[in-house]
Amino acid sequence: MKKKSEKKNEDLRVGVFICDCGSNIAGHLDCPDVTEYAATLPGVVYTKENLYTCSEAGILEIQDAIKKNNLNRVVVASCSPRTHHPLFASSCEQAGMNPYLFEMVNIRDQCSWVHMGQKDIATSKAKDLVRMGVAKSISLEPEDEIESSVVRQTLVIGGGIAGLSVAESLAGMGLEVNLVEKSGKLGGLMNNLHILDSGRPAEEQVGEIAEKVLNSENITTYVGAEVKEITGYIGNFRATIQAGEETVQKTIGSIVVAVGAVPLVEKGLLGHNGKNVITQMELENQLKNGDFKAQKVVMIQCAGARNEEREYCSRVCCLTAVKNAMFIKSHNPLADVKVLYRDMQMYGDVKEKMLWDARGMGISFEVYDPTKPPKVSDDGKVNFHHVTMGQDKEVDADLVVLSTPLVAREGSVKVAGLMRVPTDKNGFFLEAHAKLRPLDFAADGIFVCGSAKYPVTSVEARTQGIGVAARVASILFKDKLIKSAIVAEIDEESCVGCMGCMNVCPYEAIIFNREKGVCEVQDILCKGCGNCASTCPSHSALLRGYKPEQLLAQIRAI
Amino acid sequence: MLDVGRHPNIELLAYSEVEEVSGSAGCFTAKVRKKARYVDAAKCTGCGACAEVCPTAVTDLYNEGHSTRKAIYSWFAQGIPSTHAIDTDHCRVFNGKKCGVCAKKCEAEAIDFEQQDKVVELEVGAIIAANGYTIFDPVKIPEYRYRDLPNVITAMEFERFLSASGPTDGHLDRPSDIIVKKEIADLEKLEKRSSRVITRLEEKHGAPSAEVAAKYDSGEVADEHKDWMAKFEDYNKLTEKLSVLKETAETFTTAKNLAFIQCVGSRDLRFFPFCSGYCCMHSIKEAIIAHEHDNDTHSAIFGMDIRAVGKGFDEYKVRGGKNSNISYKRSRVAEIVGGPNGNPVLVYEDTQKQKVVHEEFDLVILATACGPSEGVKELSEILDIEINQFGFFKTTPENPVDTTRDGIFVCGCGHSPMDIPESVAQASSAAARAVQTVTHENLLQVS
Repeated sequence: MKKKSEKKNEDLRVGVFICDCGSNIAGHLDCPDVTEYAATLPGVVYTKENLYTCSEAGILEIQDAIKKNNLNRVVVASCSPRTHHPLFASSCEQAGMNPYLFEMVNIRDQCSWVHMGQKDIATSKAKDLVRMGVAKSISLEPEDEIESSVVRQTLVIGGGIAGLSVAESLAGMGLEVNLVEKSGKLGGLMNNLHILDSGRPAEEQVGEIAEKVLNSENITTYVGAEVKEITGYIGNFRATIQAGEETVQKTIGSIVVAVGAVPLVEKGLLGHNGKNVITQMELENQLKNGDFKAQKVVMIQCAGARNEEREYCSRVCCLTAVKNAMFIKSHNPLADVKVLYRDMQMYGDVKEKMLWDARGMGISFEVYDPTKPPKVSDDGKVNFHHVTMGQDKEVDADLVVLSTPLVAREGSVKVAGLMRVPTDKNGFFLEAHAKLRPLDFAADGIFVCGSAKYPVTSVEARTQGIGVAARVASILFKDKLIKSAIVAEIDEESCVGCMGCMNVCPYEAIIFNREKGVCEVQDILCKGCGNCASTCPSHSALLRGYKPEQLLAQIRAI
Repeated sequence: MLDVGRHPNIELLAYSEVEEVSGSAGCFTAKVRKKARYVDAAKCTGCGACAEVCPTAVTDLYNEGHSTRKAIYSWFAQGIPSTHAIDTDHCRVFNGKKCGVCAKKCEAEAIDFEQQDKVVELEVGAIIAANGYTIFDPVKIPEYRYRDLPNVITAMEFERFLSASGPTDGHLDRPSDIIVKKEIADLEKLEKRSSRVITRLEEKHGAPSAEVAAKYDSGEVADEHKDWMAKFEDYNKLTEKLSVLKETAETFTTAKNLAFIQCVGSRDLRFFPFCSGYCCMHSIKEAIIAHEHDNDTHSAIFGMDIRAVGKGFDEYKVRGGKNSNISYKRSRVAEIVGGPNGNPVLVYEDTQKQKVVHEEFDLVILATACGPSEGVKELSEILDIEINQFGFFKTTPENPVDTTRDGIFVCGCGHSPMDIPESVAQASSAAARAVQTVTHENLLQVS
């Protein structure tokens, strides 16, 4: 194969593109002046100012300039490399330049935006930044992307509605799935619920999907099983599954975390005793088993949530409360059902309608003051400060139902540790981007769905589960994976095998070669963080694209 | 957006509409009308030189009507594709006037006044409706006096005001002040013209206007100066008006005391009974950004509930209250009335104090509801899928992105009102269902 990174002996020909970003940059610094200045820098043969370099027109201008002027280095001075580096680099590649010879300078977020109203200073700083970028671009080397194979198998951890939906969808695409469920039965939390807001028994609905999963040829299900170890990387993970006595080794291309969450049960919380003060989940059990008898019911929302200890709103508890209140009221219209709340989180269409309907049925909703939380006495009296009436109130109850939040499973941090993926301070799994990558982890090939990430309704869990299948498919339908060349390398000659780098690598991408007595980087695992390079006492570990001579060139240009 | 535009597997048919769908899951045929842009997409580089020379200014709806664009335009600067289009309602050529300067200016020779709509047929296995939503028009709520009081604006208008590339370059100038400033600019032009006329008359007659006017009033000079004097009077009125306006303009400051009103058109049985799900969060976000922009900003958010329901959302709400000078008021605002200095006055019940309060604000932002998208009925007929009681495409809890017809899926606000993370997750979900429909084995079953 012809390497793209083949070095050619040729003169350095740098092209510099200065972006106005509309008025974001040009409004606060003198772009034409910076452009003129860039043309005077050593190696620069072409300069251009664009209104929006990232626009289609701007990209075309870069590509044309590369072809017409034989550019072998391109520097774009614009916005954040985080959002735009991949676009510019791949555009350079399309025009025949090695993408690793592209360098980006941020004159917006770190210059025009922070020096608004100081045009002279901002312009002079932009010149400095551009000079540094050009100096670094000159020292860049062409690189080749890293390729690896893909095993068309998926490991799904968790057999609740989310995990089942992932498995069902992937199997429907003809992909093979290994589904691991810790408990003895598929279905997760939905097995414990009474009915769903649609009125359908929860167990029946999840049972239907579980049935499909169990009957699918493409799905191997391990019930009462646990994942013990995970090694490897996207396309080629190795998982050790403990299923009873048996230990199974599987090679898989991707992993999905769908371990769910559990409802908080805290003895003593607002008088919780499991008898006349119970949680919403305990009420579900009563309703399911037909043990429910109470005539006067008071539900308290945000019990143990949205407080200093647990700051988050658990999203599903308002829906659960309204659903159960409506069930009680519809079976016993004379029942007195009150819901004490802070904000009724009945977002969207169906839920808001339920709230209207619930009020219409005579369920009363009363706002309490979170700074003076309700007090529940042993005889079932609930005292609270009614916000909209501006006074303290006491209500009687045969049964007090606490809407407690879903909390992360105790084992979730351990599961996260298996794959070295992050969890947030509440123990929920942390996705790559809250808005734009809600189902991905930052680590490649690993995904998350359902309440493992943050409490969701059964419909949302199912939607996310099916959605994850598309994320997985986008990897597994590829013949091979291609990855950025910006990874670490260790010089065999100078490495003394001290293993200092191994200790600081968060991705366990470095192994010790006993035969040679040196450390080696598994480049497919390396994320290019540079920890090893900054730790190595013999300067043997280097990060491609950020080698000392490249960074020094940049610093010396200041 | 750019990723989609550049992806080798994606053919983007922007400015196009589906007109007919036949066939069934796995083998649909869709007729799509690619509407004429009067600009050749293959030649246009998106440079914008045409828009620079176009003489016709048109209200820019991207900036919610607070700025103008040209009759040849792209919807917004970074839009994909960047191919421009001619607005035939306003273009001089399409209105029988002489022009065509854009065609002369365009170096790529992309302008084509003769271009016609093109109908293409697509063979597809699955269809996904991601038709979005329509923002509620608050004119329908007369008590909020939207369009009547200039300083009552919608959340989307406020977004444009906050944007660095928006009509006010990101400064919170009040719309009423902008109107006055524009009036001043217009009057200044008039004054200049008028003063030139007066000077010419003074030179012609060799006397200062004021002197002649005094004589004219006392009947000392003849009627021959009648025209001059009328012009002089107009000029005086103009300068007087201008100086009054300028004096007023000197007191103008940016909006610092903001009110956000939630559930405008939503959770309201007159309009949409459902909750839009995302407006509480965007009001909080806008209030936080306004405060970041100017630390003197105070915001009051009026809502029945603050639905900060999502990962990290409630924490964000609390942080906004603590750090960004936001107060949350549990109240449904009854009425907005006009106050001094163009300040809207909110009439509402302070539920904590059980009192009806009149409170003045610099600017009021209406969190307008998310409603079913315009044309959703037509689309449902074309796709032959059902609409639910709320006006969105019908699905079931078991199959949350499947419409009532096999092989047709829905995601985003076409499904129900939802926020960005939910839309993104649901889009993946619809993609997964589409893949299942078109993967080989399923296709075999179809044929």
